[in-house]
Amino acid sequence: MKEPIISIKNLSADVEGRQILKGVNLTIYPGEMHAIMGPNGSGKSTLAAILAGRDGYHISGGEVTYCGQDLLALDPEERACEGVFLAFQYPVEIPGVNSTYFLKTAYNEIRKHRGLPELDAMEFLKFVKEKVKLLHLAEDLLQRPVNFGFSGGEKKRNEIFQMAVLEPKFAILDETDSGLDIDALKIVSEGVNTLKRPDHAQLVITHYQRLLNFIVPDFVHVLYDGRIVKSGGKELALELEETGYDGMIPAAAVPA
Amino acid sequence: MNNMTETKPNVDREPRSTEFSLNRTELALSEKNANEPAWLLSARKAGFMSFDELGLPTLQDEDWRFTNVAPIEKMTLAPVSKPAHHGVTEKALGQFPFTALAGSQLVFVNGQFAPELSFLAPLPEGVKVMNLAAALATEPTLVEPHLCRHASTDTNAFTALNTAFFQDGAFIYVPVGLAVAEPIHLRFISTAQDHGTTAHPRNLIVAGRESRVTVIESYVSLSDVPYFTNSVTEIVAGGNAVVEHLKYQDENQQAFHIATVAAHCGRASKVVTHSIALGAKLSRTNIYATLAGEGLECILNGLYLTRAEQLADHYMIVDHAQPHGASHEYFNGILADKSKGVFHGRILVRPGAQKTDAKQTNKNLLLSDHATADTKPQLEIYADDVKCTHGATLGQLDDESIFYLRSRSIPREKARRMLIHAFAGEIIDRVRCVAVREELDRLVWDRLEQNQPITTNP
Repeated sequence: MKEPIISIKNLSADVEGRQILKGVNLTIYPGEMHAIMGPNGSGKSTLAAILAGRDGYHISGGEVTYCGQDLLALDPEERACEGVFLAFQYPVEIPGVNSTYFLKTAYNEIRKHRGLPELDAMEFLKFVKEKVKLLHLAEDLLQRPVNFGFSGGEKKRNEIFQMAVLEPKFAILDETDSGLDIDALKIVSEGVNTLKRPDHAQLVITHYQRLLNFIVPDFVHVLYDGRIVKSGGKELALELEETGYDGMIPAAAVPA
Repeated sequence: MNNMTETKPNVDREPRSTEFSLNRTELALSEKNANEPAWLLSARKAGFMSFDELGLPTLQDEDWRFTNVAPIEKMTLAPVSKPAHHGVTEKALGQFPFTALAGSQLVFVNGQFAPELSFLAPLPEGVKVMNLAAALATEPTLVEPHLCRHASTDTNAFTALNTAFFQDGAFIYVPVGLAVAEPIHLRFISTAQDHGTTAHPRNLIVAGRESRVTVIESYVSLSDVPYFTNSVTEIVAGGNAVVEHLKYQDENQQAFHIATVAAHCGRASKVVTHSIALGAKLSRTNIYATLAGEGLECILNGLYLTRAEQLADHYMIVDHAQPHGASHEYFNGILADKSKGVFHGRILVRPGAQKTDAKQTNKNLLLSDHATADTKPQLEIYADDVKCTHGATLGQLDDESIFYLRSRSIPREKARRMLIHAFAGEIIDRVRCVAVREELDRLVWDRLEQNQPITTNP
């Protein structure tokens, strides 16, 4: 059996005294794409944030092992260097920081971490332009400040672009489909599919099934009230579409 | 608020310690300047009387309520009288910014012209770049219509003092339709060895109709004692003229720097000024922009970086006197330690100045819990079809932005610096002259790196 990329065991977490995650279990192996679906407030984005290392969450129980390491003990930048990537639900606008400069800095941090020589400006530009082409993006993206003045669709595409540049081993896509029209959704999905690799894994978090028409997951999990209440293959997403979340929730999981 | 008269200075003040030395200097003044034209002598006299009446401002003066200039009383106030043996070499100048720019340079040491350090690049026929004292002698007809006409001595005691005592400064004249391609650099270096040494540089920039010129004033120091720079620059932009002006202030950490920039902008002109304040214990830059013609654009930018107990104050009055004028003020401050930033922006829209578009922003980034920023917008609008906006923000670095950068593998400290640099970049990017902008970017970056160790706020 292969080593899992990530193994989440009984993870519980609270924010300002309110428990959000109540024992999440999830194991993802290389080459797999998993989808987590769930209604608003089920804890989907909290799970993504905790995996990426955002402040403000208190881990009350459980553990997360990433490629043999205790993920929760690492700073966000260390996680990123180790290959964890979060595509943000709401990418942050950073006026004044040039996209190329930002990406070069990030990319070289990862190379340094791996003991590889840093790329100089020319080498990086060549590398990054190939990625722009791969995702059919406009090159002017590289000259613009990070996400500044971008439309919703441009921001999401930029997240996938960053993912293409940083080549994470484990990518989490937090509602990357939200706010996208069908064309943008196709472009983003194509990007994600292009980046799939047998030694990498992806976790797609979504509220709606429609993204999964384009990105076909190997496994689908339903998160409800801080727990994974049902897991299955890609057909589970279709089932959800028909029955809605209410039909999924076992009586035991419904809070009194 | 809706009061068109200037704030009245407090005249019932205590006698000041400076008066005795100034009265003595008044005698010296009348003898030393005896060769000057009558119009200038009368301007000097008016300046002197005005200063005598106003005295140094106090915290009770509304326009000075955030900035205590009392320590300036301990300065000499009168300029150094004998030409200094300054000992500044060309090599020493090399350590200061904007040395490598290709344009003309005029160098002033402790307020006095240093011809041996200055040089002129090739200039179009008719363009004058020279020291003001020489211009008064050789180009009186070009100087007289403008000098002392735009920087008012009525309410500003420091302008009054400068007018009474200035010895020299730069004179730049660009005739109608000509363009000076390379920026002209006016360099003011202090080598003060005595506490309180005072310089009153006086500059006049006249850009004729449809002309174009870029001027940099830099204030730097080889001194390690407290000294006082009190400069006044008058800018006159004719119709359709394009003028870019940048004041770079990096005086030593004990110095007092008071500067006035008074710009008179003609019809359809474009005047851009930048004030970069990095040095001095206390600095105050007054910018008065008079939008005297229709359809012009006036942009005032500012960036101040302070640390320790520095104070950087910017005060401006933008006077929309004619219709269809646009003015934009963008000021960003990055304040560390116990330092303080002050921004006071007054926009006056006179009756008839319809279709005015006035915008003002002041953003302050506090890098420590002990840094403070005071910001005071003041809009006085006497026309009914205008657009005037102002906004001020005060805050620390955005946690979400830091997390975003960290989640992309950039370490926390590097992420912080990137964001601080970006905040400064919002202003630096507005500098149009590429060579100046690129050098300024490096200078500010270096300064932020230097300021960093004491500003780290866990």
